[in-house]
Amino acid sequence: MSLKVLNKPLTKFMLCILAIGFLATGCTQEPAPEEEDPGGNLNKGTLTLTTTTSTYDSGLLDYINPIFEQETGLRVEVISQGTGAALETGKRGDADVLLVHDRETELELVDEGYFVDRHDVMYNDFILIGPEADPAGIKAAGNAVVALGLIAENESTFVSRGDDSGTHRREMKLWENAGIIPDEEDWYLSIGQGMGNTLNLADQTLGYTIADRGTYIAVKDNLELTLLFEGDPDLSNQYGVMAVNPDRHPHVEYNCVSKYIEFLISDRGQELIGSYQVESEALFFPGFGLE
Amino acid sequence: MSLLLEGILEALRLITSFDPDLLQIVFLSLRVSVIAIVIATLIGVPLGAFLGLKSEKKTRLFNKIIFTFMGMPPVVGGLIIYLLLSRQGPLGVLGLLYTPSAMIIAQVLLATPIITGLTLVGIRAKGTEIVETARSLGADSALATWTVVKESRLAILGAVITGFSRIIAEVGAVMIVGGNIAGRTRVMTTAIVLETRRGNFELAIGLGIILLILAFVINSFLYNIQTGGQDN
Repeated sequence: MSLKVLNKPLTKFMLCILAIGFLATGCTQEPAPEEEDPGGNLNKGTLTLTTTTSTYDSGLLDYINPIFEQETGLRVEVISQGTGAALETGKRGDADVLLVHDRETELELVDEGYFVDRHDVMYNDFILIGPEADPAGIKAAGNAVVALGLIAENESTFVSRGDDSGTHRREMKLWENAGIIPDEEDWYLSIGQGMGNTLNLADQTLGYTIADRGTYIAVKDNLELTLLFEGDPDLSNQYGVMAVNPDRHPHVEYNCVSKYIEFLISDRGQELIGSYQVESEALFFPGFGLE
Repeated sequence: MSLLLEGILEALRLITSFDPDLLQIVFLSLRVSVIAIVIATLIGVPLGAFLGLKSEKKTRLFNKIIFTFMGMPPVVGGLIIYLLLSRQGPLGVLGLLYTPSAMIIAQVLLATPIITGLTLVGIRAKGTEIVETARSLGADSALATWTVVKESRLAILGAVITGFSRIIAEVGAVMIVGGNIAGRTRVMTTAIVLETRRGNFELAIGLGIILLILAFVINSFLYNIQTGGQDN
């Protein structure tokens, strides 16, 4: 390349832009203090927790994690994903510890050797939400499966997470139990988004949906929809914590992860979970050792 | 790396399978973005030509606003349209939220400033000269403007390509106003986000590759028009 090119104003301008670009990336990639530790692990003392959108949106971790961090000097970084993606992230070793809610799959993956140290840690429940007028009449339904049957019979709009999250998986199980395949139906909207967006879309379309109680309480002030059905044992929502198997992914800092899991299932951790409230309602109940 | 390869294989498998769900998503993406770009062009080119031929001093503030809107985050554009179309919003009675029409409106909002701004710049580059020439040859002001637009067609095509690239690749706005409803408002980009969140990375990469191939085909088409114009 001839050096003359460098004298052209346009080229100078482009070079400036490039330089600014490099500077900008340089800033964002500035190493965090603990990454300067010369011989040790790059992320020493930091563990990555991947959790479901419902837990994340509830604010529970913002309440618990700072206490854990203060007591141990470790740092917890939280990634919020649907349960399906969270499990996939954990299987690939891109996180250290998981807090998710699909008990059956969790136990399967532990059996397959992807995860270790799984414990039930807390629970709440799913609820059915819909328009106040309740055109399908699910308020009087005997159980959740009957309620979904009524919605299908009445062809009322039903909004589904459709994102392979724990909530979506539970919803699909309920449809299966009701003997209904809703996917192709006109009244069934599968939107592939998080709980907050799903509630919002159901609100706008005056549809029914299934939600975890925590997210519903957190956003219900913005909704016209109302809680129509609750209390079926089929709607219980069990959260589990588990560590990525360090034998499979040696970079996982198993010591730190163990401390975190022990903290969550300790009397103190369990008490913290039970005492977390939004709008003076508890969102989660301590669930360790209930099985 | 292996995941990228699997993604390419997945893309090939998807393309050759003619999966009706996939075709529907691809078709909707194209329909929404093509209609939006046509509308945005019909608004943006005349507006850009008008502003480009006006004296810079008079239109300075307006130009600055247009240039600012060229960089509007799609999520913000989507949010504005959402608030307008929401049941509680001023246009809620139209019932357009979560329909392809809402997605088109949002994309028009994103593409119009880009086409306007780039047309304006292109026209200003040689506009006044051409207008004076045309006038001296006896053209009235409408004909003179049309002449400028014709002479600046390369810049205008560039503006349209840029606008189209932006909206076909855009995800924030269509997610908010379309809702990513399966079979109704799910497009390529929202499907990619969904599959990524689900952990189906091969499928997500596969869809991404198909989107890039589509963009390549469309841009090649526009590019050929552009270079065709140059040869004349």
